[in-house]
Amino acid sequence: MNSTLLYNIARFILLLAAQILIFNNMNFLGYINPYPYILFIILYPVNGNKTALLLSSFVLGIIMDMFCNSGGVHAAACVLLAYYRPLIFKFSFGLSYEYQTVKLNDVLTPERFSFILIAVVIHHFTLFLLEVFRLNFLWEIFLKTLLSTLFTILLCIIIIYIIKPNKR
Amino acid sequence: MQQIFNFIFKNSYRLLFLLLLVVSLSLTIQSHSYHRSKVISSANFLSGGVYEQINSFDEYLSLRGQNEELAKENARLKSILFNIKDTTSIPKYDSIKGVDKVNIIVSKVIHNSYNVFENYLTINSGSAAGVKPDMGVVNSAGIIGIVDKTSKNYATVISILNVKSQINAKIKKSNHFGSLVWDGKSTGFVQLIDVPRLASVRKGDTIVTGGQSVIFPENIGIGTIDKIYTDNKTNYYTLNIKLFNDMTNLGHVYIIKSKDREEILNLEKKPNE
Repeated sequence: MNSTLLYNIARFILLLAAQILIFNNMNFLGYINPYPYILFIILYPVNGNKTALLLSSFVLGIIMDMFCNSGGVHAAACVLLAYYRPLIFKFSFGLSYEYQTVKLNDVLTPERFSFILIAVVIHHFTLFLLEVFRLNFLWEIFLKTLLSTLFTILLCIIIIYIIKPNKR
Repeated sequence: MQQIFNFIFKNSYRLLFLLLLVVSLSLTIQSHSYHRSKVISSANFLSGGVYEQINSFDEYLSLRGQNEELAKENARLKSILFNIKDTTSIPKYDSIKGVDKVNIIVSKVIHNSYNVFENYLTINSGSAAGVKPDMGVVNSAGIIGIVDKTSKNYATVISILNVKSQINAKIKKSNHFGSLVWDGKSTGFVQLIDVPRLASVRKGDTIVTGGQSVIFPENIGIGTIDKIYTDNKTNYYTLNIKLFNDMTNLGHVYIIKSKDREEILNLEKKPNE
């Protein structure tokens, strides 16, 4: 139990640092950034403390907002994702997900992929909707969500494969 | 009472979610209103410090370009200095007043954003260096933005690539005024709206800052006209302007401190009697 806590704290700090130092400066095609820091929320243990996840997601988002000068956009998107995570689990893995030991950082299966896809789309759509905050830019919001989602999912899968604990 | 506590305990998770969501949404809405009181900004000790560190590392990669930029500006200033025709004929009071009107603070962009609709820069001088909100920021090529929030050592700047920014600008040769806005589409272009139809505009004309703003001095370069549209609803021109500045690549900047600003604002604030 203690080691999972340490794993999570390390993941929190490392993903946040990587996001701020590397991924925020990618600016692919001028304006597309991936946001793989939400892997923290995605990879959080299935049976872990829900309240702790909600609070830590909020803190994660607020720190991102501080660095991006964006008010509370990331915080709102992260909190929303953290709250609806059990629902997405239910959708992707079936009703009894809590009793199976669902492990996300493992070989990619359709269930895991659909879970990551839905999580990333929910987060990114909320993020860009709140960031732009104007309905006359709706097409740009969809375009940004689509392109960023592709980029983020690609990076998430790569990161999962890299940091996959090979023993255990 | 018991029931209320029961309700809170039973739904504590949902209530916590709603609380956090409301907090972050209110922060978001606050950040989108024009006169915002931004709580979370990058002009603080932690993020400012981190950006400063990243920038000190990043800077080495662009030293050559920065030097060329500065050398070019020196050459331009020298040419102005050497081309003054007759120093004795300049009316003395005017030149002294002109120099005295503005103070310049040198600063450096340590974080630049240009990929969202509301872009902000972070610069590494703050209230300790005399930077205050609503000062103009320019570099050797043209205008960059307006100071938004300051902390002791850092400040955030509303970039001209921000859909909220609105700056008074004019066509250099004809003195027709308009407002400079950004449509959020391209980082190389901004729009000058509400230019009267009487103005004679041609592709390639230079756009400079206008004299109506107390933030920027007159005649600071902005860009050249790229395309001309007529707004069907208002019958005004909308001009697409190609910026002199490459907003994606900024280094040293100058903050303009106008000495007349306070006086003008105080005068305009006075109620009519």
